[in-house]
Amino acid sequence: MAMNVTLRIFRFDPDKDQKPHTQDYTVELETFNTILDAITKVRFTQDGSLSFRRACSHAICGSCAMTVNHESRLACQTLVKDCHPEKPILIEPLRSYPVVRDLIVDMDRFYEKIGRIQPWFESELPAPYEERLQSEPDQEQIDEAASCILCGSCISSCPSFWADDDYLGPAVLLKAYRFIADTRDTCGAARLARVSDRDGLWRCHNIANCMEACPKDIKLTHWINRLKKMAVVAKM
Amino acid sequence: MIHTHIHDAIVVGAGLAGSRAALALAGRCNVAVISKVFPTRSHSSTAQGGVAASINSNLSKGEDSWQQHLFDTVKGGDYLGDQDAQEYMCREAPTTVYELEHLGVPFSRTADGRISQRPFGGHSRPRVCHAADRTGHVMLHTLWEQTLKHGVTYYSEMEITDLIVEEEGGRKICKGVVGYNLWDSSLHVFHARTVLLATGGAGRLYKFTSNAYENTADGLGMVWRAGLPLMDPEYTQFHPTGLYPIGILITEGVRGEGGILLNGQGEAFMGKYAPEFKDLAPRDLTSRAIYTEIQEGRGVNGQDYVHLKIDHIGREKILEKLPEMYKFAKTYVGVDITKDPFPVKPTMHYIMGGIPTDFATSRVLADGNGATVQGLYASGECACESVHGGNRLGANSLIDTVCFGKKCGLHMLEAMADDHGHRDLVGDPTAALVAKMERYKKGPTDAAPVTPADLRLRMQLNMDAKVGVYRTGEGLTEGRAAHHAVRADFARVKISDTSTAFNLELKDAFELENLLDFGEAVLAGAIYREESRGAHSRVDFPERDDQRFLHHTLVTRDPDGGAPRLSKKPVTITRYQPAARKY
Repeated sequence: MAMNVTLRIFRFDPDKDQKPHTQDYTVELETFNTILDAITKVRFTQDGSLSFRRACSHAICGSCAMTVNHESRLACQTLVKDCHPEKPILIEPLRSYPVVRDLIVDMDRFYEKIGRIQPWFESELPAPYEERLQSEPDQEQIDEAASCILCGSCISSCPSFWADDDYLGPAVLLKAYRFIADTRDTCGAARLARVSDRDGLWRCHNIANCMEACPKDIKLTHWINRLKKMAVVAKM
Repeated sequence: MIHTHIHDAIVVGAGLAGSRAALALAGRCNVAVISKVFPTRSHSSTAQGGVAASINSNLSKGEDSWQQHLFDTVKGGDYLGDQDAQEYMCREAPTTVYELEHLGVPFSRTADGRISQRPFGGHSRPRVCHAADRTGHVMLHTLWEQTLKHGVTYYSEMEITDLIVEEEGGRKICKGVVGYNLWDSSLHVFHARTVLLATGGAGRLYKFTSNAYENTADGLGMVWRAGLPLMDPEYTQFHPTGLYPIGILITEGVRGEGGILLNGQGEAFMGKYAPEFKDLAPRDLTSRAIYTEIQEGRGVNGQDYVHLKIDHIGREKILEKLPEMYKFAKTYVGVDITKDPFPVKPTMHYIMGGIPTDFATSRVLADGNGATVQGLYASGECACESVHGGNRLGANSLIDTVCFGKKCGLHMLEAMADDHGHRDLVGDPTAALVAKMERYKKGPTDAAPVTPADLRLRMQLNMDAKVGVYRTGEGLTEGRAAHHAVRADFARVKISDTSTAFNLELKDAFELENLLDFGEAVLAGAIYREESRGAHSRVDFPERDDQRFLHHTLVTRDPDGGAPRLSKKPVTITRYQPAARKY
């Protein structure tokens, strides 16, 4: 069933705009269409100058996080019909990141912070010929954390990050957790020491906005609290 | 201003093949990876079901072996694969998967702590190692993380448009690539001793596809314009279970975990088409079965889709083994798969063909006579070794990317040991790129302009209609004429966006050129191959014809703009002679 929907989209072209503005577009959409479908339709049929990131279109590559009606959402996973389409739908870039153009933000700082926590598997034990063994319950400790798609939504919704942009932020701490809690990894202590400071773990005040924002339903606050416990036990 | 970067090795594409190659090169030479997206956004992240290897952690159907994996792969590819390359992949698969585990991939586990394996279509043993239904995602993140550890240089959001291939003493040599930075449209020349194309597939040639927006035949287009051959381009794979009506992928792992296809009458129909393998038949056969059911009026509610039922394995197992699929169905079509079936229809998913490489050296072929291009390599979906022959088995693409990505990396190191360093560039390698940018911005002077988006849609609808699961000579010829009309109109393309920052419309134009070039090769191959083998199914030639077509198709651009040149390349057959293909 088709419906006409007005999209109110944040626009900014660094080549010619002093400051951003919004622009309205009305498009005809089906009930199964996503916000990504909607802005793609605008781009393909009305305004070729609209710019945004997207790739997989089914919520696994993490490219298309943006702010929809004031909430951080993955555009490709958000159905238009669930966004009060009877009113103009406000579509803006992800908050807390510098805007580059239109709906595209600069995420370099986020990526640079990931680099700080030694974000790679490391084991000082010699590997066997076959796989290392790991029990199902041990694997389950990291399974959810490993499903993070680095879309950056959690950080954009985090009041602690709004107050202090040196804070590592939820996704970065989650990445640290994914390795620290991996029973096969032997460098957890060093990593825990890296995140256990005032710009790391202890800047999280359990506000839990990150969990609400996460498009993959990852219980970030839960896993960050797990890390805090580990740090306390290790007297860090 | 032109920015010039000098590296020993350049990898174009940061998916699994490119990342694995970069890891083999890291620390041993100066390697850089160029990607048009941030590395973890690459399409490999969407691979769901798993990676095939005979590691014997699931013995429910008896012991597995690389020989059994090889036979399944040869038969699955309908005897069009090169058996030396196929043997290499299946032999190396177990150690390759162990290596991934050693690098930290968080695989799902069995009760005794081994890597968990599930059944998959066309595999006679349950040999598909997986991490729930997000195997590609965790493999990609792990490899990316390891390349960070080893200090690989990345150029993210850089659009590569062409190869720098020059002739020296009658031999083609690749000396680098050119492109522009999406952030500011600045021009970049990458001067290298070796170049690996790992640019992925071409799903966006079609409208109904499981592929990312970024899968636009980039490496294939570059090779085509450099006058190098493409192999078996007519082999496009339709995955049986695209989520209706949007086309995104529902993993074969659903059927691996016990899912059953049902037609509109509620009948489990796969037994009619594959008495032994039933719902775990290979993809080509399963897609044809679904199409036949729909064509004979047994789609659901008279529509062009069927059902995929999984609720009978129980809610708990669904949430444990198929968490992403549960969420997909809920989000996109409002279906709770613990109660109701998925609506599905075949969706364009993969290309078996691509850039042919020489098995001994991993170099890209310069022609059909065995000559290779010095310094140029290809791996992953854009390459054609050929391990998938006429039809790829599920979970063989992930093992392909990591096996051959690594092999390419090692061969590149070997080649650089005695290549005497960088070769000087002759002339300005950015000239063609600059001219195209100007032309797209300016548009035609003597005709009405067209947008890349309009042309792309015309191209896609034509491919959907004429080069689908079933093909006819007449339909293909019409399809070629329509494709030529779109190509002709491409001369009138004009973009409206004037910005230098993330000018997506400019990128659309470059990508469309790649897709149009590759589409030309697909149509030429499909018209030439008057038989039905693997995923290429000609209604007017319903049988496999080993007499006439037991060979690869090589398609090369005609430098004067005429019809593409076709030639044959023999199939390498070592252990298994072509036999009837029954499931």
